[in-house]
Amino acid sequence: MNPYLPYQAVIDDIVVETEDGNLKTFRIVLENEREREKWNHTPGQFAMLSIAGKGEIPIGIASSPTEKGHLLFTVNRAGVVTTALHKMNVGDPIGVRGPLGNGFPVDSKLKGKNIVIIAGGFAFTTLRATLIYMLEHREDYGKITVIYGARTPGMLLYKEELKEWEARDDLDVYITVDREAPGWNGLVGFVPTIAGQVKPSPENGAALICGPPIMIKFTMPPLEEVGWKDSQVYLSLENRMKCGIGICGHCNVGPVYVCNDGPVFTREEVQRLPVEF
Amino acid sequence: MKPFVVEKAQLGDLIDALSKEYEVFGPAQTDKGYYDWQRLDGDRLPEFNNGVTKSSIKTFFFPQPEVLFEFKARANEPDAFRLKEPQCDSATTLLFGVRPCDARSVTLNSMPYANDPYFQKRVSDTVIIGLLCSEGCSTCFCKWIGGSPTGKEGMDVAAIELDDVFFLEPISEKGQQILENVAPVRSPLEKEHEAAEHFLEKAKAQEGTQDTASTLRSKELMHLYEAGFWKQVSEPCINCGTCTFLCPTCYCFDIQDETLRGKGRRIRYWDSCMFPLFTQHASGHNPRGDKLKRVRNRFMHKLKYFPDRFGPVSCVGCGRCVRDCPVNIDIRQVLRTMLEL
Repeated sequence: MNPYLPYQAVIDDIVVETEDGNLKTFRIVLENEREREKWNHTPGQFAMLSIAGKGEIPIGIASSPTEKGHLLFTVNRAGVVTTALHKMNVGDPIGVRGPLGNGFPVDSKLKGKNIVIIAGGFAFTTLRATLIYMLEHREDYGKITVIYGARTPGMLLYKEELKEWEARDDLDVYITVDREAPGWNGLVGFVPTIAGQVKPSPENGAALICGPPIMIKFTMPPLEEVGWKDSQVYLSLENRMKCGIGICGHCNVGPVYVCNDGPVFTREEVQRLPVEF
Repeated sequence: MKPFVVEKAQLGDLIDALSKEYEVFGPAQTDKGYYDWQRLDGDRLPEFNNGVTKSSIKTFFFPQPEVLFEFKARANEPDAFRLKEPQCDSATTLLFGVRPCDARSVTLNSMPYANDPYFQKRVSDTVIIGLLCSEGCSTCFCKWIGGSPTGKEGMDVAAIELDDVFFLEPISEKGQQILENVAPVRSPLEKEHEAAEHFLEKAKAQEGTQDTASTLRSKELMHLYEAGFWKQVSEPCINCGTCTFLCPTCYCFDIQDETLRGKGRRIRYWDSCMFPLFTQHASGHNPRGDKLKRVRNRFMHKLKYFPDRFGPVSCVGCGRCVRDCPVNIDIRQVLRTMLEL
């Protein structure tokens, strides 16, 4: 078995998520029926998207394993490979190598807990996978709270789904934007500010936080103020990757490889690591 | 296992016989003025100076570049952009005269590369005939980090240079098979057995007993990471990467896709954590943008993170980095400092 060989797949649909066009969600379908049926992943895991001739990029899987038959990846246009991907069309071939990484412990440590999902900007991708998984197994989890913010209303991801989630009565959803914007009637304020207003209870709680380092840094104090411990907080780290399987050396944060030992770590684990991410 | 000897005068014949089945390589003076791995045959013999070759043997297990996949790069071709594993080249290689440090490096590298089919295939397709050391050079220190000048780890055959012969002791089944089926080897005489014993005893007397790896494992990680001496160690470093390229146990790599005239390949080749680009994100953010962080990371990986994960230290004490670092950074000093922290 060659761990460097991607599954052959095809781009089935492309949705532009943000007003600046820099984020697109790609729906990708594995070609081989057996591979498609055998695919299973845990929310929080990622895959390498492979474009022959350009290279590979590690992208969080935005779809839940319960959404069968296809995989969703929301990709920001940043460098060589993502730019090439953004120029591709429905029907183009692509490779998928994965699932990689450890994912959120949705079937173990998170079961029975009150879940607080906090995301900023385009880090919401794997949390979408997690949220949909949890909603499909609703009785396995306690209260679910979602706090999600972006710079402007146009930069929010999954806008239609956000509306559906807001309408449900089995979860509490707080969507915010950084500043007042014309036509926006929802919350206004940075994600840490909103977290400070919502004051989610740490009682039997687990917080899943994804976002730029600065957002995480400022979100922790309001949570700590109401009693959250580092062992209850789960983060998803990012680093430059190449092999995705813990060998090539690029993604290490001290002794751990983000691609293989992570990308999900508790804040308690992260506090014991050098700040190299 | 049954040992053999080969007369020094017949070394050429032995290499010739081995060349029929293997691509044989051994250390010899190159036309570039240094001592390195060269292709051997009956006329081109190995030269056994005291000391290690310029470069390690990692190039035989981990070549540059290594083609991971090939693909067609024109959109209208059938199978375009589908990655295919390259045709296997089934050449088998024999390395003659590998020092114990270099042989041990293959065993160490096999740990992170346990699931890498490319590396593992090369390990099984390569025969290592090692040459034990009678004395080290001023820069080598295998005894300090779990190795030994008479270590046989990683070898298929261990050779000892005596006055008139090479004493050849098979270590693996593969090694035994080869010696039993090649001329011009013969059984050792009584005095040759004794000379080999004497060689090993003399070397054993020089061995150290310090278990460096377990001392390093017992140290607290952040205590080593936050120590003040890294500033002084890293200051002269120019991030040239020489240490990473010559080191037998530096194994980091980069993967790139290349296309030319409708054909493409995905290759990997050695990369160096000494270069800033090694950790740079597409956004421009660089977790190890500081030289101090890069230098510290390399030593911490080899002397702390690797032993914590796999057991032994990721260094064989060959001394190549000590010899060739242009600013004389010495891993032995770093090691000593870390052991005393």
